Amino acid sequence: MTAVLFWVFGIGAVVTGFLVFRLDSMAQVTFALLASFLFVAGEVVLLGLGYLGVVIILMMVMEMVIMAVFMIMYMMNPAGLMPMAMYHNKRGSMLISVGTFVALAAGIIVVDWPARSGRPPADTTYALGESLMGPQMLTMMTLGFVLFATILATVLLATSRGRYDRLGDDLRAPRADDPVRGGIGR
Amino acid sequence: MVEAAPWLVLVLPAMLAVATIGVVTFDAALAARAAGRPESLAVSASVPFREAARLLVGQRRTTLAADGVLWRAGVITLPVAALSAALVLPLGTASVADLAVGVVWFNAMEILAWAAVWLAGWGPNSAFSLVGGYRFVAQGLAYELPHMFALITAATAAGTLRIGGIVEAQADLWFVVWMPVAFVVYLLSAAAMAFWGPFDAPVGRELAGGAAAELSGVDRLLFLGGRRLLLVVAAAMAVPLFLGGGGGPLLPAWLWTLLKTAAVLAAVVWLGRRFPTVRMERFMEVAWMVLIPLTILQALVVSLVVLVR
Amino acid sequence: MTLELFLLLAAGLFAIGLYGALSQQSVVMLMMGLELMLNGVIVAAAAFWYYVAPANADGQVLIIVVITAMAVEMAAGFAVVTAIFRARDVDMTDMAADLAG
Repeated sequence: MTAVLFWVFGIGAVVTGFLVFRLDSMAQVTFALLASFLFVAGEVVLLGLGYLGVVIILMMVMEMVIMAVFMIMYMMNPAGLMPMAMYHNKRGSMLISVGTFVALAAGIIVVDWPARSGRPPADTTYALGESLMGPQMLTMMTLGFVLFATILATVLLATSRGRYDRLGDDLRAPRADDPVRGGIGR
Repeated sequence: MVEAAPWLVLVLPAMLAVATIGVVTFDAALAARAAGRPESLAVSASVPFREAARLLVGQRRTTLAADGVLWRAGVITLPVAALSAALVLPLGTASVADLAVGVVWFNAMEILAWAAVWLAGWGPNSAFSLVGGYRFVAQGLAYELPHMFALITAATAAGTLRIGGIVEAQADLWFVVWMPVAFVVYLLSAAAMAFWGPFDAPVGRELAGGAAAELSGVDRLLFLGGRRLLLVVAAAMAVPLFLGGGGGPLLPAWLWTLLKTAAVLAAVVWLGRRFPTVRMERFMEVAWMVLIPLTILQALVVSLVVLVR
Repeated sequence: MTLELFLLLAAGLFAIGLYGALSQQSVVMLMMGLELMLNGVIVAAAAFWYYVAPANADGQVLIIVVITAMAVEMAAGFAVVTAIFRARDVDMTDMAADLAG
């Protein structure tokens, strides 16, 4: 049963991943990528990592919906009403990617992979939490800082107005001067 | 205490359908009372059946250059998401599947509503429905983080992600008593995720129905029925998370669950009729500047209590 | 369902993502290629965790890091596209090839 599911999810992930670059409509492309992510989450669940699989589903649905918003904003053919081919260097990139796949596959088949050491813990989620809070605390802190830096950087890059535009030259305006007024006033 | 009962997979959709019909009935009664024409319970109870019959017979609308695949996918995803989220909903002491990561599963399934409403707005190639879909994405960004923090607070207090474990941890004291902020934020986010009540801008009247503008016939029944189903499931999930599940003195566990769910649903439906629609930008700022610090503080308080205990 | 099969799936996803990242003109589509590559890395990390070292949680931590990297990359990518669109009204990689301005 798990073998059948593995093949279904695997072929589904690869096919929808390839459809991402073949479909005309940008909205369909975004949701084809989402389908590929959902199949990969299924594979991860098959390997016994239930928490990570469900977290992948959760995060990827949110990400792809937001990506759909940006796709519609920036792409010139969002509904696929005209056939579109926006590639450059098609032959070269196909050669490189096929060559990479052949090289990786050769490596996978030839290399003598180490044997399994140990068994999975009874509660993989708990093991992950303990590991992140203990031996991998450095990873946790780094991820926290990276996410914080990303929030700051993306907001700074994306807005064209700063504090002085919003609150006046001495930052003392009683109400922020936004084009769209928020609910609190700051 | 909560065990998995796969036979529930037959009973649960029927009970959820009954609850949805109850929601429509109560909403219709409140609407008639607000319009100054109070009607009897029998008339209100016939509204869901009349609407369903009318929609089933109605013709499906087709629009020019509609994205058929995405449109139908969006319409069908909303009820499917609600039913999938109900897989971990315990009825007393039995749920269809007491997953070890029940809380995260529930969260992931109701996130599918984001995709569903956006797709239903994008599909028909219509300006008003697209605006409705975008409004729901904006609303989703606003309510999602407070919602997740409320869920994390309940899971932290119980020390497990299993809904059955959270019910068992409330045997002495219900969570609503010592984490009221999380409970209120959860109810608000339950209304927001089903775009109900003060959060119904995505299907607002000034948008000619918003995301549901171009839906007719069985599509409309699936979409709007799925919306109410999601409201029922989200409100019903507040019972095991914050109100002690099936715990209570005299009656059996499943009866307590039904009574508590009915109370929460009545409160949410009444809330929907009581307040006018909140605009996206106002709710966004309130959610990020007020609700997130409040829920983080609540989570901090709960974590300290758990550490000290 | 062996380690080799999972790794072949990962290599396939990585190669498809690489094709997209190299061949697409639009920045957003290029980012989709990058996301597919990270998809392949997730499958490979999960397979290595299960088949080689399931006793400790380092494989799971790697998956968490990769998921975070996907989110960070998407957010930063969209912010950069917004900024470059505001500055120069371009959204194709060919026209953003210089660092001047």
